[in-house]
Amino acid sequence: MIRFSLSILLLVCLVPKTGSAHKVWLRPSQTTLSGSEPWVTVDAAVSNDLFFFNHFPLKLDGLQIIAPNGNEVETQNQSVGKYRSVFDLPLTQQGTYRIAVVNHGVFASWEQSGERKRFRGTSESLQHEIPSDATHVQVTESVGRVETFVTNGEPSNESIQPTGKGVELFPLTHPNDLYTGEKSGFRFVVNGKPMQGLEITIIRGGTRYRDTQEEMQFTTDENGEFTVQWTEPGMYWLETRTEDNETKIPDAQTRRLSYAATLEVLPQ
Amino acid sequence: MKPLTTAMLCLTLSSVGWAEDIPSTLETTIEIRHLDVSEYHRPYVAVWIQDEDRNAVASLAVWYQITGSRKDAGTKWLPDLRQWWRRTGRSLEMPVDGVSGATRPAGTHKLSFAITDSRLVDLPAGKYSLVVEAAREVGGRELVEIPFTWPLGQSKSLKAKGKNELGEVTLNAK
Repeated sequence: MIRFSLSILLLVCLVPKTGSAHKVWLRPSQTTLSGSEPWVTVDAAVSNDLFFFNHFPLKLDGLQIIAPNGNEVETQNQSVGKYRSVFDLPLTQQGTYRIAVVNHGVFASWEQSGERKRFRGTSESLQHEIPSDATHVQVTESVGRVETFVTNGEPSNESIQPTGKGVELFPLTHPNDLYTGEKSGFRFVVNGKPMQGLEITIIRGGTRYRDTQEEMQFTTDENGEFTVQWTEPGMYWLETRTEDNETKIPDAQTRRLSYAATLEVLPQ
Repeated sequence: MKPLTTAMLCLTLSSVGWAEDIPSTLETTIEIRHLDVSEYHRPYVAVWIQDEDRNAVASLAVWYQITGSRKDAGTKWLPDLRQWWRRTGRSLEMPVDGVSGATRPAGTHKLSFAITDSRLVDLPAGKYSLVVEAAREVGGRELVEIPFTWPLGQSKSLKAKGKNELGEVTLNAK
């Protein structure tokens, strides 16, 4: 039970395939709201247990909130604590907000004078890092999205359209319209196109209070789609990751893509 | 026969019985299951004896991450062994000599305790359970119990089986 210590928090978001895959998540205080200006508060953390903050806070550098009208909006009261980050969001518009932490970067390794070197950061800064006499240069692009959805009033679809970058969830059932005893359909797109064969893991929160993870596993079909039958209410964590060669970064051979979402399932 | 004599006789007889039956060693085997999972970490495992009221009367072993980037890094997750933590772990100063050990790989592990071990020698006759608890990072948690009566008769062999994290657990007296 080796607990991975990460000195650089960014690493967690940038590298989907580390030896120890901790769960990265945003957890809104609630997902279905009403009123003239309801607020949500959101926890953001990296941990093994869902949804308990006991490992690392999630850095909020890539925080991106799309309001129901499609515009980006700002959060309030951002704070990074020992184990979690927190921010508040007033829902001034009616409809669905897409709350995401999007990370786009590179990680690289090379040898110089027989010594192995590593780098993580942005593709721009990478240019200055790799020395001209470096050998065995390996560069991997990394695109990660961690998100959740909250709705003031009636669910809307403007904010949840795919951006076309990386892995994204295209909800066939609205992500704020999930109820026990019902089936919900989802489509996964990579660069905006439906992706077959993605392996999806879904885990209900509250893992501390049970003996097994009770993971649900799915694989997307030829339309990039899969269906979930919800049996218990709660906050659920959904994750998938993949890899391809469609990178536009010079020297990069591969691109790693990761996606995680927090979805609330309400009882009937 | 006077009551006192009867009592003395009984005492003598039971002492004789004790001398004949008492094994020299208490042995337990613990199987950590092989698991085919994408991310595997060796489980934390704790082994103890508890009485009928579930008070821990002997802490036999706890395997956890002893080395790490920081001192005591691995102790942070000891409460994941939640029953062990409650029954005994939280009152112990880790590491405990002769109890603490590094995590172990999947497979069967044997622990032996001399009957003269300080944890066993004063154990009053009665009903107890051997408890084995395992908790694995990003995995599951399981507790297996073997009820037994102390002192254990010679060649007494007891078994129990876990479903997820733990395989067969045995308790033998030799």
